Amino acid sequence: MTGIFFFIFIALSLGVTYVAARRTRSVEHFYTAGGSVTGLQNGLALAGDYMSAASFLGIAGLVSLSGFDGLIYSIGFLVGWPVVMFLIAEPLRNLGRYTFADVVAFRLRQAPVRVAASIGSLAVVSFYLIAQMVGAGNLIRLLFGFQYEYAVAIVGIVMLGYVLFGGMMATTWVQIIKAVLLLSGAFLLAVMALSRFHFSPLALFSAASEQYGAAVLAPGRLVSNPFDAMSLGLALMLGTAGLPHILMRFYTVKDAKTARLSVSYATAFIGFFYLLTFILGFGAMVLVGQPAIRAIDAGGNMAAPLLAKAVGGDAFLGFISAVAFATILAVVAGLTLAGAATLSHDLWVNVVRHGVSSDREELKVARAATVVLGLLAIVLGIIFKGQNVAYMVGLAFAIAASANFPALVLSMFWRKFTTRGAQMSMLVGTASSLILIYFSPTIQLDVLKNPTAWFPLRNPGLVSIPLSFAVGMVVALLWPEPEADARFAEVEQRIHATGSLRP
Amino acid sequence: MNHTEQLKALDDARWRIAIALTAAMMALYFGFILLVAYAKPMLGRLVVPGLSLGILLGALVIVAAWVLIWIYVRWANTHYDAAIDALRGRS
Repeated sequence: MTGIFFFIFIALSLGVTYVAARRTRSVEHFYTAGGSVTGLQNGLALAGDYMSAASFLGIAGLVSLSGFDGLIYSIGFLVGWPVVMFLIAEPLRNLGRYTFADVVAFRLRQAPVRVAASIGSLAVVSFYLIAQMVGAGNLIRLLFGFQYEYAVAIVGIVMLGYVLFGGMMATTWVQIIKAVLLLSGAFLLAVMALSRFHFSPLALFSAASEQYGAAVLAPGRLVSNPFDAMSLGLALMLGTAGLPHILMRFYTVKDAKTARLSVSYATAFIGFFYLLTFILGFGAMVLVGQPAIRAIDAGGNMAAPLLAKAVGGDAFLGFISAVAFATILAVVAGLTLAGAATLSHDLWVNVVRHGVSSDREELKVARAATVVLGLLAIVLGIIFKGQNVAYMVGLAFAIAASANFPALVLSMFWRKFTTRGAQMSMLVGTASSLILIYFSPTIQLDVLKNPTAWFPLRNPGLVSIPLSFAVGMVVALLWPEPEADARFAEVEQRIHATGSLRP
Repeated sequence: MNHTEQLKALDDARWRIAIALTAAMMALYFGFILLVAYAKPMLGRLVVPGLSLGILLGALVIVAAWVLIWIYVRWANTHYDAAIDALRGRS
């Protein structure tokens, strides 16, 4: 049954890719679908890029096993979107072209800024990819019984097909199809679960607290240290505004006003989805039962599929499984495209070629970069088989929040920002996130099984984000750059270009 | 005011609103996290049968994100866009 839904999705998405491939002739089409995506489409695609399998399966599982504590994640993943809206979306659309580094480098020296931005971006993309690929391998093994390595290879190859031939146009449509499937699948699942409780979420929550105790509706052990929770919260909130594959989506719409509209839609969809995870998690807790969920996967990742089976039988299980698979494929495609844009547009064209390159050449390099990243994703997925990679999404958000977000904000809004400041802020942000997470309980206790950890917080955000801001500002003040200061007037002019101007 | 000064004033206004709304979102979210950390028994109290204060406030944080975005979009669609168009028309 799962196979039928699975093949329908693959056929549909490859059909879309075929149509998109015929229109993907230029670099601009490859990276941005020619700026032709509408506000609603981009809103759905943003939601598609953001709602990963980790949020669908992971959060539903967390809620099913720990109740209220799991909801803290649901909420944390949403609150970054207003920040994207208020500080980033419109100025980014007006100042950049293909990558967020376009904006940081706008009035600064190109090569040093782009190299530093690429390191941060590629680190974010790599850790995010590893988390998705390992999740994909485990999920497909559980759902379809394929061997782990085959599952990882299938995801990598199908995704490569989308990105390589269809570029941003195909990736966008895969995201849209996936977002619609995921939202309607989750909604249907929630409604079917609630039908057992007279369609009242409160009756569902009551049933959960009768069965497992009132503690499931109250905060528990998860947030034992408020600094831990603040650190994770800060990374989730500001990291959303620094994820390269999310930022890249703002170039696919025609102007800043459409970018604004697309964030409104995205936040509405994503918020709705995370509210549904409340129902799905508690629904699985009551209707499937915690022992049955734990028996299949100790982390609870199978809670949503099991709930589907409990309320809708094998056919519905097949549908929800196919949706989960589509979710992973789409997120991986978005990440790969963002990584390819960094390699070809930032590193090859603007560093190696000093900004002088033909459209043809850039498109060729972008496609080569896509193949490299696709193969890298497969290899990383296989290397990290069986490893605990749950922390890697948190790490990706921490790097995005520490390396990308401060430099992006300072370059757009602070006149005195300099090349050296941007460079140091991005490098220190990336390095401090990596070093601090290595010494944190996340790696020392959970992965390496050491008795103690030198750094007390599980997520480095609370230290690395302010540090990156401080380093960027201190360096800029100590070594001023009059040229960058003088060119700030251009930034101020361009930032308001709400029309369909392309730089 | 000349053209540049007007643009500067508009820029400052957008910046002030963006900062204020961002600060509001952070205050709400981190306020919620602090309650989760320090007021566990209070959040466990039931508002009505089945609905704890914690779940209610959590859902309200999501609703608050929607409301803040709605406030921004309304301001931008009515004031900001019109002001930009007016300035552009004259330049």
